[in-house]
Amino acid sequence: MSEHVITSPEVSFATAPSSGTGRIWRVFWLLSAITVVELVLGFGLARHWYGSSGMILFVKGVICILSLAKAYYIVSVFMHLGDEIRNMIMTIVVPLCLFIWFIAAFLWDGDSWKNLRNTNGGSKKADTEQVAPAVKEQGAKD
Amino acid sequence: MATAAIPAGTKWWNGGRSPFNASYGKVMMWYFLMSDAFTFGAFLISYGTIRFSVNYWPDPNRVFNAFPGFGHMDLPLAFVSLMTFILIASSVTMVLAVHAGHHMNRKGVEKYMFWTILGGIAFLGCQAWEWTHLLTGEHISILDNGSLSILPTTVTGNPWGADLPHEAIAAALQKTPHDQLVSIASTLHHGAETGAHHDVAKMADGELVKMIQAANVHVTQTGPRAFGGYFFGITGFHGFHVLSGVVINIIMYYKTKLGHFDQRGHYEMIEKTGLYWHFVDLVWVFVFLCFYLI
Repeated sequence: MSEHVITSPEVSFATAPSSGTGRIWRVFWLLSAITVVELVLGFGLARHWYGSSGMILFVKGVICILSLAKAYYIVSVFMHLGDEIRNMIMTIVVPLCLFIWFIAAFLWDGDSWKNLRNTNGGSKKADTEQVAPAVKEQGAKD
Repeated sequence: MATAAIPAGTKWWNGGRSPFNASYGKVMMWYFLMSDAFTFGAFLISYGTIRFSVNYWPDPNRVFNAFPGFGHMDLPLAFVSLMTFILIASSVTMVLAVHAGHHMNRKGVEKYMFWTILGGIAFLGCQAWEWTHLLTGEHISILDNGSLSILPTTVTGNPWGADLPHEAIAAALQKTPHDQLVSIASTLHHGAETGAHHDVAKMADGELVKMIQAANVHVTQTGPRAFGGYFFGITGFHGFHVLSGVVINIIMYYKTKLGHFDQRGHYEMIEKTGLYWHFVDLVWVFVFLCFYLI
């Protein structure tokens, strides 16, 4: 057997590769199952199952968390990052934590632009939470 | 995940060895992918920012509801789920190729690389169909000047705004120029005899208006321009990654066939290619999330 291959001189030790493909297939079924759940929830959004906007937001949040779970399994098992040594994992994962503030700050900014635009820079009250803004205007014009 | 056990007394920083116990190429592939993750992240966050900053955003379930061969049937999420499963499947065959490489199994690597390449090409084919469908789609929309026109989805305009109330259609038809009335009327005859277009071209405006109104057409307002720009920009950038992944996979397939990795004594190139391919799948998870699901 040619296991324990040292692939390059700077590598100090090689761990034995896993012998079976059981784990790969388990992760495949897990990813497929998560995707199916996401699709069912997404189909519900398309068919207006959830009613209130709070409930819709909650379902969208659940879908986001399921996608993060998929990302975890792809990176950890398929990309074998989980099998690397801890320092290596940290140099990849820690910088990605910047995304937490990156996402929060920019979405917050986008929402702020919307409010400023709707209130004319804060000088008037927003008409409503408009869902289909231009419909009314168009009706008035005709 | 359990991290590898480190033998006692290992001196990582004495030079000549990787502090991460990984080859230079593999570590740099990881850092390239990390930077690429920030590129895609920046695109998607920019999309989110614009989406949060406007009062109206198109409903993905109305935009992406077609499936090849099913005509105008309303099938939200169907085609994109097919694309997603193709990519997940090709990810699995890739990891199986890496696994075969760990065991120096050349036949196994060849077999699984072949299926991975096929999956990548299938995905690209699906994307080509989807883009064509959006770019050539004919939807009746009201323009800013109050007239009706036929709009596809492009980076500069799209017909995915709110529905125009039925009462407003009559007035909009009065403002619509003859040539647009003709093209709207001819879309009503799709699937009919090919001579239909010549007939409507000869009709008077009043007749055309009557005909369009009788057809009970569905008219929308124009949607936010950024929608098309972001959609084609981000899925295009992802598609370009898939394309380059397929090219790299094909090169690796041939190098495997020629026995280069057997001569080298290891299949680490397949591992590095695998990292790139899985990253493409990983990005799709988020593109799928941001554009189609929520």
